[in-house]
Amino acid sequence: MPSRNERFLIEMSSGGFPWLTLVVFLPLLGVAAILLVEEALAKWVALGVSSLGFLVSLAPWALFDESTPAMQFVETHQWIASPSINYAVGVDGISLPLVLLTTLLTPLCVVVSWTAIQTRVREFMISLLVMETATLGVFVSLDFVLFYVFWETMLIPMYLLIGIWGGPNRVYAAIKFFLYTLAGSVLLLVAIIVLYFYAGAESFDILTLSDAEYPPWLQAWLFWAFFAAFAVKVPMFPFHTWLPDAHVEAPTAGSVMLASVLLKLGAYGFLRFSLPMLPDATQQFTSVVLFLSVVAIIYGAYMAFAQADLKKLIAYSSVSHMGFVTLGIFVLNAQGIEGAILQMVNHGITTGALFLCVGIVYERTHSREIVDNSGLATSMPVYATFLVIFALSSVGLPGMNSFVGEFFVLVGAFMWNKAVAAVAALGVILAAAYILWMLQRVVYGTPAKHMSSKLYDMNWCEIGMLAPLAFLVFWIGLYPKPLLDVMHASVDHLVQKQAKVMMVDAAPAVRAPAIAARPSSEADAPKAETR
Amino acid sequence: MMIPLADLVTILPELIVVSVACLLLVLDPITPSHRKDLLAWMSVAALAVCFIVTAGSMGDRVSAFSDLVVVDGYASFWKLLLYVVSGMTILLSIGYLKEERIDLAEFYGFVLLSLTGMMVMVSGADLLVIYLGIELMSISLYVLAGFKRFEARSIESSAKYFILGAFSSGLLLYGISLIFGAAGSTRLVEIAAAVDARGLDDSLILIALTLVIVGFGFKVAAVPFHMWTPDVYQGAPTSVTAFMAVASKAASFGAFLRVMLEGFGGMKPNWSGLILGVCLLTLILGNLVAIVQTNVKRMLAYSSIAHAGYALIGLVVAGWAGTGAGVSAKGVSSMMLYLAVYSFMTLGAFSMVAILRRGANEGEDLDDFTGLAKRHKGAAFLMLLFMVSLAGIPPTAGFIGKFYLFMAAVNAGLTWLAVVGLIFAAVSAFYYLRVVMVMYMREPSPDQESETRLALSPTATVVLALAAAGVVLFGIYPWPLVSLTASASLP
Repeated sequence: MPSRNERFLIEMSSGGFPWLTLVVFLPLLGVAAILLVEEALAKWVALGVSSLGFLVSLAPWALFDESTPAMQFVETHQWIASPSINYAVGVDGISLPLVLLTTLLTPLCVVVSWTAIQTRVREFMISLLVMETATLGVFVSLDFVLFYVFWETMLIPMYLLIGIWGGPNRVYAAIKFFLYTLAGSVLLLVAIIVLYFYAGAESFDILTLSDAEYPPWLQAWLFWAFFAAFAVKVPMFPFHTWLPDAHVEAPTAGSVMLASVLLKLGAYGFLRFSLPMLPDATQQFTSVVLFLSVVAIIYGAYMAFAQADLKKLIAYSSVSHMGFVTLGIFVLNAQGIEGAILQMVNHGITTGALFLCVGIVYERTHSREIVDNSGLATSMPVYATFLVIFALSSVGLPGMNSFVGEFFVLVGAFMWNKAVAAVAALGVILAAAYILWMLQRVVYGTPAKHMSSKLYDMNWCEIGMLAPLAFLVFWIGLYPKPLLDVMHASVDHLVQKQAKVMMVDAAPAVRAPAIAARPSSEADAPKAETR
Repeated sequence: MMIPLADLVTILPELIVVSVACLLLVLDPITPSHRKDLLAWMSVAALAVCFIVTAGSMGDRVSAFSDLVVVDGYASFWKLLLYVVSGMTILLSIGYLKEERIDLAEFYGFVLLSLTGMMVMVSGADLLVIYLGIELMSISLYVLAGFKRFEARSIESSAKYFILGAFSSGLLLYGISLIFGAAGSTRLVEIAAAVDARGLDDSLILIALTLVIVGFGFKVAAVPFHMWTPDVYQGAPTSVTAFMAVASKAASFGAFLRVMLEGFGGMKPNWSGLILGVCLLTLILGNLVAIVQTNVKRMLAYSSIAHAGYALIGLVVAGWAGTGAGVSAKGVSSMMLYLAVYSFMTLGAFSMVAILRRGANEGEDLDDFTGLAKRHKGAAFLMLLFMVSLAGIPPTAGFIGKFYLFMAAVNAGLTWLAVVGLIFAAVSAFYYLRVVMVMYMREPSPDQESETRLALSPTATVVLALAAAGVVLFGIYPWPLVSLTASASLP
């Protein structure tokens, strides 16, 4: 019984230091501190707290037991007695990388806003930190209601970030973002309540709900309810239209948070809820989702070609890259899912870095148009170097992070269906085309005359901000093993559950080989059982 | 005739409130004008005493005056809520009435008289007693709505409220008389017995039931009986609007539920569909029409209609065919929870409108909120909190209220109703967030910038703090309120 085993492991790993609560709520402590200090110190406090948050979040990673799919660092406290809702948090190999990604990027968001945000600095930093708490809360929640609370809470600070500190059309973009995501998630709440009553376990515990069996017709309904919430957040084609608006109007820090962290929430939702809770429906509808993913890959890339605004170009490339993520998830094999998680982290690093790059140049030229920023290599050589690194990472150049993720996803897709993999691979080629074209114009084009006098190269602060991301680009590109090791056990567990459903299905013989986990995982799984 | 002492003890809170109300009317002329605040404090003190008395006797079911009045956990819950709400209204009014130059102590007397009516409503176990309570509440409110007696809008509000209120009372009374014809009594228990005896198809009782639902529909401002609400809410003094939107709605729902469940509990299949229709209309129309409002008071009026629609979900669940007693009680308790939560956030929002009223500034137009975040950070943040809570977004109490309602709906097999409710909650986010947008994302005009002070009296600060505390604390730790409503629910 995997469920009992899981329970046992939870018992075993709980009771330690509440690392996750500390990680999640540290930013809120920072908010309290910001309210107490004067406005000029607000950004220092925000930087200090978010950096500390990153350091603290390294602890769960260092102490993480890679051999088990069970939740670790679990804390459970009763929140509401009837119906039973708990404050329950924990991480596994799927959520831990995303937690680290969030804590890594928040201090960078503070730094990039250092001079860019001049008005209402205190409120800005508060919104950013509340946002961090809410996103971290989503990744570590083990109770579905708690998850939903964090999931929705996040909307308010993001709405304010876009709407107050954004560009000229910020109000429209903010309300569009808000209503799209809210409309998507209302069905999620109903689905959560329905799950509660059907599971009959008198619990909103995510693992308990995952262990319960639901009739296929119900799974189908719930699948689309979940899909509405998660697909808007990813965003999948055709629910992506809020993304370019939000990205273009948001301040740099907002764009980074959106691209690097917020978009991951939808994909995380698929991994944490749709796949394990609704395996039958997932099998049934996977081809629809795969189709939409492939459309997103091609369509996003195609739209990116046409953009004259750098932020919009990156926004559409995000749609394309997130298409790879959903593709990887719904091919339902270990390679695809690991590739998807890796791609989520990579996209967070690379796209976050690209938005930071745009923010840096925007501070100098006050324009995001490609024509206004051409020929930067002559006056800003260091900047040009970083831009080329991250752009090539976005293309998926071997030796860089995105290559590994996309490669895994494509391998997974190839095992599922060769045609899907072939079309998706086309997306990689298109990405190379639009990114290189962008680079050609921005880095190597004729310098835009009216700008050149104002341009100065990156200062140490900005280099310090991009250097760690550049390091991660190469680290993950050359040696992804530490990151993959964290995921193996959890992903295998997830895939085995899918495999079990496939075996029960009428025609298992055709696809069964495709979902077989890699040989080493067979060894991992029994190890977990015996612990 | 001797009235037994035990009966008088049972209605002790009502007696306290009504005697203080009369005392206020007597003391008003002989109190020097700079001491009028004392009378307000006196009424707050009376409410505090009542709170202790009611909270102390919470739980046991006592009936008095040969079963005309009943004091059970259910009635006590509503009374506790009503004390809090009335107290907050009075505290808010101390500064607001001065700003409007209508600071007469009669005001507090009428608030307490109206409160007496509400207390009688939620405690009434007889349709005539409930009717008496409704009239006492309504007549006091007619006076309060027209309290800005030099202003045409306020008088219009009062007159409109009076005419439509009297009309709806007439319908209700007609329904009661038909019931008396059918059951030979107006006691809820005997009505229930008559319903059992005469069956579900009795046309006399069906007509009476419809009239009763229409009468209460007016009082809780459910569509299609909501027409009076926007004009009356907009024209009345803001603190009175808050009182009407919160207290009178809560009391009317309290009485409505008891009548439907204890009197017509045997006819659930007959009325649950009707209530469901009213509930859907209210949800849809209230939320859609609120979108186009530019006056915040009017917007909040439509929002209060929409929230009546949400509260009605609880009644639909309680009456839905095939639901067991447990499910039905969950419907009742979720509605009680919802109205309690609604009271805090709505009072908070109206208080904010009240403190923006300053000098020539009406403070109730959407433009008056422009750039508020630049001028008054704290006030803007509180308004943000109330708006977010009204939209039902966590971690505020508004989410908890909706969550329990939808839990109850799904539990009763009304999943689609929960879906409709949630979709319209998303719609409502649009108009609530518009206030946030205006406050945070628009620049204040130069003369707004120069108008730096708010009409923020110390007592209004207390009201805002209480409302905000309710919205945040019940959002983060709702269990005390949840367990209270669960234990006080009607079976």
